[in-house]
Amino acid sequence: MLKILKYSFYDLMRSRWSYVYFIFYLLLGVVLLFLNNNLSKAVITLMNVIIVLVPLIGTIFGVMYYYNSKEFTELLLAQPLKRSSIFLGQYLGVALSLSMSLILGLGIPFVFYGLFKSNDIWDFSLLLITGTFLTFIFTALAFNIALSNENKIKGFGYAILLWLFLAVIYDGLFLMSLILFEDYPLDKLSLFGTMLNPIDLSRTLILLKLDISALLGYTGAVFKKFFGTNFGLIVSIIMLSVWVVLPVLRIVYKSNRKDF
Amino acid sequence: MKKIIVSLVVVFCASILNVKAETIEVCATCNITSIKEAIVIAKDFDTIVVKKGTYKEYNIIIDKPLTLIGENYPVIDGENKGEIITIHSDNVTVDGFHIINVGTSYIEDYAAIRVVKSKNFIIQNLKLENLFFGIYLEKAKEGKILNNTILGDAIQEYNSGNGIQLWYSKNIDIENNYVQGVRDGIYLEFSDFCNIINNVSTGNIRYGLHFMFSNNDIYQDNTFEKNGAGVAVMFSKKIKMYNNIFKKNWGSASYGLLLKEINDAEIIGNTFEENTIGINIEGTNRINYKNNDFIRNGWAMKVRGACYTNTFFENNFLYNSFDLSYNSKLNDNIFDNNYWSNYTGYDLDKNGIGDVPYRPVKLFSYIVNRTPETIILLRSLFIDIIDFSEKVSPVFTPDNLLDNNPSIKKIEW
Repeated sequence: MLKILKYSFYDLMRSRWSYVYFIFYLLLGVVLLFLNNNLSKAVITLMNVIIVLVPLIGTIFGVMYYYNSKEFTELLLAQPLKRSSIFLGQYLGVALSLSMSLILGLGIPFVFYGLFKSNDIWDFSLLLITGTFLTFIFTALAFNIALSNENKIKGFGYAILLWLFLAVIYDGLFLMSLILFEDYPLDKLSLFGTMLNPIDLSRTLILLKLDISALLGYTGAVFKKFFGTNFGLIVSIIMLSVWVVLPVLRIVYKSNRKDF
Repeated sequence: MKKIIVSLVVVFCASILNVKAETIEVCATCNITSIKEAIVIAKDFDTIVVKKGTYKEYNIIIDKPLTLIGENYPVIDGENKGEIITIHSDNVTVDGFHIINVGTSYIEDYAAIRVVKSKNFIIQNLKLENLFFGIYLEKAKEGKILNNTILGDAIQEYNSGNGIQLWYSKNIDIENNYVQGVRDGIYLEFSDFCNIINNVSTGNIRYGLHFMFSNNDIYQDNTFEKNGAGVAVMFSKKIKMYNNIFKKNWGSASYGLLLKEINDAEIIGNTFEENTIGINIEGTNRINYKNNDFIRNGWAMKVRGACYTNTFFENNFLYNSFDLSYNSKLNDNIFDNNYWSNYTGYDLDKNGIGDVPYRPVKLFSYIVNRTPETIILLRSLFIDIIDFSEKVSPVFTPDNLLDNNPSIKKIEW
């Protein structure tokens, strides 16, 4: 598995797309710092950008990579190798190279701007952790979609639909159901609904940092416990890990049964 | 007029009779070892100097014009038995004591120092600890409360008292005090023409500063931090609020400033930072808000109802989760020339004023008012989209609620 990981990783390192991705984040970081002249404000803007863009890039890139390297995969399948290690290797290769572009692309401008001397280092590392989690989750989801669909166009379609659903439509449905059931106590439901969507989960992590004063305005005891203590942070991170593990398990399961 | 002449004559005679005001010393090894004893033998306008030491006394009643001075903060320990000092006379000065262990009672409001129906007193440089009520003014006039430190350890509202309480008092100056951990830091009830300047009120379980039925008061340059609510102004008229700082008042019923049934006030140059609600207004009329900073609050302003002809002019609204929340479609308040960090318009003629009006009330704040749990969707892409569509064509929010001249740059004054 490690060998395949290495091959995919180096392959991606040589490809144009990781550089485009890297340069995009580098520019984003530099421009935000230049325009805001303030580390904490730049971190806030970045948080808003990251929870939307990282999933999109992760899904599209994951699907694209799978379809592009299909021939190589089939060649590997002819070798005496475990199937799970082939696909997991590829998955980790993609996810790691994307995360690296993210961390280096954003990290370099912020470090040069004097991140280590400021108090925002904790916020910034939370941002990078969230971004990395989202990359891992959405690349895994993309691999799932690609494994289930032979047709490239269909695969891309589903991938974009998945992103659109989790980033926008889910929140719309969520909001509608909250308003519909407003006569009932909703604090548990709303927290539960958040857990089911990795983008919402990352958003709550960010809310915990940015809007804590607004969140504490709500009277629910469950909310208070969730947002007022470290409980919320811990639960969110655990749920994000679950969100990584489940799709990865499905990759293993699916790849073992798939007929190539 | 007659009264004034009479009192002038009295004061004049008194000063002639007491040309030599004497000084009485109190200490463990002196002739006089207790403060009560010293007060009994003192004549009018004498000075009592209390040396360093611990004096276990309570119910000290000052019934003649005296000056009590503590040297190196002598401790007066009430041993939780009741009230410690009560002033029944005009022209009393109490300076430099460390007063501890005031008794708690559910029947009487025991205070560390109480002033009853007196004038021209000065209470300064005191340290009060483990108290029920701190400084209690009852129908007092023309006094000063300066440089005191009040440290309470209140946990619940029903069995704790206020740091500085004024009841039917007039023309009192409260300056440079530090109040912490009591019920209300400073409480004014039926008290007019008071100046509250440069105090710090923090960590109190109810309000940092509380006005009830008090008119024509000024408070300025104070700091209110981490209280149940920073300042509550209720049922009062003509209060002036200048250059105060309201910080980190967090909780479901926490406000930087709570205004209820207030008319004709001025709120100028204040800073509201990281409160759940910066200002909560209900039934307030003809108030001028000018040059205030609202920084990173949950809600910069929450307007509940019956608020008419208020003007918001040249304020800065910076990075609040919500700038403004209204619970009705009616609006009779004027917003003009404020700076809104969420403003996304442009300024083509470069006159420093945005060419597109700004709508401070978002659809989402309306939704959160209706269903509070939806707050969890804050900063979601979907919410941004519906906010945008509401901005284009307002349906739920008051359509005449606009800042027609939003400033492009942060307002400096």
